[in-house]
Amino acid sequence: MTMIFGVPLAVFMGQLMLGLINGAFYALLSLGLAVIFGLLKIVNFAHGAMYMLGAFATLLGMRYLGIGYWVALLLVPIVVGGLGMVIERLILRRIAHLDHLYGLLLTFGLALIVEGTLINVFGVSGSSYPTPAALQGGFQLGFMFLPTYRAWVLVAALAVCLGTWYVIERTRLGAYLRAGTENPALMQAFGVNVPLLVTLTYGFGVALAAFAGVLAAPLYPVSPTMGSSLLIVVFAVVVIGGMGSILGAVLTGLGMGLIEGLTKVYYPEAANTVIFLVMILVLMLRPAGLFGKEA
Amino acid sequence: MSQAVEKITEYHDLDGAEMLRVSDLHAFYGESHILHGVDFDVKRGELVTLLGRNGAGRSTTLKAIMNMVGRRTGSIVINGNETLAMKAHRIPRLGIGYCPEERGIFASLDVEENLLLPPTVRSGGMSLDEIYAMFPNLYERRRSQGTRLSGGEQQMLAMARILRTGARLLLLDEITEGLAPVIVQALGEVLVKLKSRGMTIVLVEQNFRFAAPLADRHFVMDHGRIVEEISAAELPSRRDELNSMLGV
Repeated sequence: MTMIFGVPLAVFMGQLMLGLINGAFYALLSLGLAVIFGLLKIVNFAHGAMYMLGAFATLLGMRYLGIGYWVALLLVPIVVGGLGMVIERLILRRIAHLDHLYGLLLTFGLALIVEGTLINVFGVSGSSYPTPAALQGGFQLGFMFLPTYRAWVLVAALAVCLGTWYVIERTRLGAYLRAGTENPALMQAFGVNVPLLVTLTYGFGVALAAFAGVLAAPLYPVSPTMGSSLLIVVFAVVVIGGMGSILGAVLTGLGMGLIEGLTKVYYPEAANTVIFLVMILVLMLRPAGLFGKEA
Repeated sequence: MSQAVEKITEYHDLDGAEMLRVSDLHAFYGESHILHGVDFDVKRGELVTLLGRNGAGRSTTLKAIMNMVGRRTGSIVINGNETLAMKAHRIPRLGIGYCPEERGIFASLDVEENLLLPPTVRSGGMSLDEIYAMFPNLYERRRSQGTRLSGGEQQMLAMARILRTGARLLLLDEITEGLAPVIVQALGEVLVKLKSRGMTIVLVEQNFRFAAPLADRHFVMDHGRIVEEISAAELPSRRDELNSMLGV
């Protein structure tokens, strides 16, 4: 059997794959955070809750409304994204003129309310969601077994990240977004409805989180606390990558997933902390983050 | 998200009519009262200047017209439309192009993206080819990051950007500030061309020698008010008076 530094190849590749999957979720979530932070300058602490709502809506949709996975994949981001727009329009906009710290506190409070409500109703134990029929089974690659659903998660997450990058960096709408991030007042003076752009951007960022939640439903236990535990790691990823860079958010997300996977192979005890170690290193050497612009 | 760019407002030229009338305009940034009853008017096709010392309220007057200051009272009529209650993003759609003092070139966009950024507000704007013909430098540097241009090129870009939109009333804030004489001269030639195309222009200028031969009328501001109006014809006889008002 092939060994890599004393670890069987199949185990090594398996962990790497798991790391990459985690990385795909980090990428999707930090991407949404980066998009929201760019235009609203708000650190969206409700992001984990929106991810959790995505997974929960998928689960409840199937349980009570008979909505299948594929429909949920399309419908849930729209519904949860819509909820995000309502939140922006009714709540966040009222404090937009205040210090951005208030936005952070407000979204943190929202996350607690959403989480607490769901814990009250459903408890903290997780429920499982079945893997959709079309994505069951897997591929025997020789050196490892690759479950189809995990391959799908990777492909879907990367496709959405790439699509988002394309829209933001290469289209006219993306140019509005980038310009609005830099100088919203001037964009208004050009005739762009910036408040609407802000609402749609927040909705889109939230929809990305919800999309990640749908992808996660068959993979991880669906519980009200699934978002808050993930969000802390995602914030570390965002700090490492640097706020505001789309591609940076995606690459850092995947990279940190891989590093986590590798650590699991060689020193499992540190797997949960390695990202924070990297964060400390990056903060010491490059405070603006790997892809961030120096202020 | 395409709703962010709303439909072009119907708009009719009223020949010989007033393009802009500002009456008893007061503007506030928070608690500070900046404009104290500004009154002036601009006729179609005219080029007027707002002159005055620093802090006289010239830039704030332009910003107030664009609804970019805090609170405003009084009246601002643009081409027959009262705009005081209008949302900021609707005002440009009456056919106004605003070029801010700090130029506002976007660093995250290249030159051509900067040029194409402002939505069309009216038909009849200049095409990209016409703009590149007027500003050849911008064509050569169209793929450069906007803020990597020289100061003069950035100023050209900030002006060119609003010519594409079909705006007929241009509010230009200190466009010659900090630029080399040869660039200032080129900008003067651009203004002459724009005027001959029938554009109405409000020019906030520090450089009076630049503004004097271009303008039809000059408004002198002090302490947030218009204190004097001088027509181009009166200018030679009132030059000393003007110089003392401007403190030059």
